Amino acid sequence: MVLAADDTLRLDAQFVDYALVAVYFAVVLLIGFAARRRVSDSLDFFLSGRSLPAWVTGLAFVSANLGAVEIIGMAANGAQYGLPTMHYYWIGAVPAMLFLGVVMMPFYYGSKARSVPEFMRRRFGTGAHLVNAISFAVAQVLIAGVNLYLLASVVNSLLGWPLWLALILAAIIVLSYITLGGLSAAIYNEVLQFFVIVAALLPLTLVGLHKVGGWDGLKDKLVASPASSVGEQASSWPGTNLTGFDSPFWSVVGIVLGLGFVLSFGYWTTNFVEVQRAMASKNISAARSAPIIASFPKMFIPFIVVVPGMIAGVLVGSISEGKASGASVDYNNAILELIRDTLPNGLLGVALAGLLAAFMAGMAANISAFNTVFSYDIWQQYVKKDRPDGYYLNVGRWATVGATVVAIFTALLASGYNNLMDYLQTLFGFFNAPLFATFILGMFWKRMTATAGWAGLVSGTLGAVLVAILSEDALGSLSTGALPLSGQGASFVAAGAAFVVDIVVSVAVTMVTQPKPVEQLVGLVYSETPKADLRDPDAHKLHWYQSPTKLAGISLVLVIVLNILFR
Amino acid sequence: MSNSSTQQSGTGTKHTAGAYDVRTVISALIGVFGIVLVVMGLINNSGEEIEKAGGVNANLWTGIGMVVFAVLVALWTWLRPVTVDPSTIEHADDVTRANH
Repeated sequence: MVLAADDTLRLDAQFVDYALVAVYFAVVLLIGFAARRRVSDSLDFFLSGRSLPAWVTGLAFVSANLGAVEIIGMAANGAQYGLPTMHYYWIGAVPAMLFLGVVMMPFYYGSKARSVPEFMRRRFGTGAHLVNAISFAVAQVLIAGVNLYLLASVVNSLLGWPLWLALILAAIIVLSYITLGGLSAAIYNEVLQFFVIVAALLPLTLVGLHKVGGWDGLKDKLVASPASSVGEQASSWPGTNLTGFDSPFWSVVGIVLGLGFVLSFGYWTTNFVEVQRAMASKNISAARSAPIIASFPKMFIPFIVVVPGMIAGVLVGSISEGKASGASVDYNNAILELIRDTLPNGLLGVALAGLLAAFMAGMAANISAFNTVFSYDIWQQYVKKDRPDGYYLNVGRWATVGATVVAIFTALLASGYNNLMDYLQTLFGFFNAPLFATFILGMFWKRMTATAGWAGLVSGTLGAVLVAILSEDALGSLSTGALPLSGQGASFVAAGAAFVVDIVVSVAVTMVTQPKPVEQLVGLVYSETPKADLRDPDAHKLHWYQSPTKLAGISLVLVIVLNILFR
Repeated sequence: MSNSSTQQSGTGTKHTAGAYDVRTVISALIGVFGIVLVVMGLINNSGEEIEKAGGVNANLWTGIGMVVFAVLVALWTWLRPVTVDPSTIEHADDVTRANH
């Protein structure tokens, strides 16, 4: 079905569109090249992240996350489920970002852990470190596959090549992007990407809204369309269509606990690629501010991502008809189809530049994260120790190529899903939920033992996989349907199961094993970390609008207002 | 950009970020995109293109918006330059390595 839908989607790009895309990549690659050659210490200044203005760190923080999967996946979700998709932002992101800024960041800043695998190794020893490193590497390759698939589907809609050929071309594009130094200008990319994406999606949303008769027109069409029998599309609560639960009560519980607590706290508090960048700031207050400042754009992003998806759901013929007749619809193309139907040449080029940049940077980041964990956390620790630096760099190069090739296959896996968000949330349930449980328990409970660390992780992941297999469709054809769970409700339950199983197993194992001596836990466990390490000595010099906690309060009030306005 | 002090000043002294200020890059890129869109909106505004966007000249208006945004960012960069203190710089590679 996926391939059939792909055949019909063609973007009519002209010279001007390709030229705009080329200009964008020329700028990104030139900065990357300049960064590698160290042409200017101003450049180094921006890339190092130290003493960056807070707005830059905040935007980079939100932009690293506003990647490919977010735009395509959330638009697909908007097209399929409508307004309940907003929960991914107002329940499933902002509260966790505020928690990260207010509670977790001072601890990260004060501790000497610089990555999740490193924290695991120092807190729990090799067992948990190995489990974490392997599961992290696997997750990165699977998510890289999603990015690659999306990149290929854009290539496919431009050139009309078959999926496998488009995948190989997309893989070559990403490899050359990494090789040409695209990643070395990460901060520039992220901030630029943010503005280009907004420049493309904002007019798309406004023009789309104009075409459906404004917000009221959109809501009327959603209520009137036969698809609303599937669930309420025009109001966000209780979101039974999103979770697939029949009971509104359990749907709300699933959204608040599964998505809002386990999945989103797991994602944001253990996402060290982003956390690390914030930690490079000059002091604790600046580090805490990054996710909090980022929460402001984050809460308004759904208006230019989810709303276009909803518009596509009523405006794009193939989607609205499919929804009405109950046929299988490929929602992943929602935003591309709306772009095709709405944007004139010129704006189309801006949109393509933004989307291609997001996919490429997203996949390159996954591959490079895989590369580092593979070379330093797995190969250097467990396979070949004590070789010169050049040796591991070489291993890293081969790992990059290997991971890209494997990603072509995981992309084929991703292509089997009508809505990629289902797939992604399932993956997050497998990997992030147990990690979050072990992390938070190990951080606040000094008795937790080394064996409990790895046993909890393994059993948590197995618990989530078991739920996914027993559900109706969370793992595609591998699911047996023994439990009446489908859609994203299944991944919320799987994540919840992972969290609970992880905690229970960790506590049980801790009871029968020997804890680490307390003096080895300084900076790793909250109660053993000196309180002075958690405070910013210069906090009283800040204006109110620079104070992390006050900003977090404003953000919280705003997000509650948004929840009420669009309930 | 007027503040080209980057080139002359030796290492070790504070100076403004100049052309590598991320705002300069934003303003240049969005400005170029905006100008291209305005031109497209003016010369390529056949009925079909306008029809697509529901009767609005989307290129023209977005282009104008982008040019205005680019000018504002350029003004901001010019009025409030970022100061670079080379002694605080950690090199990019070190950060990337420490990232993981």
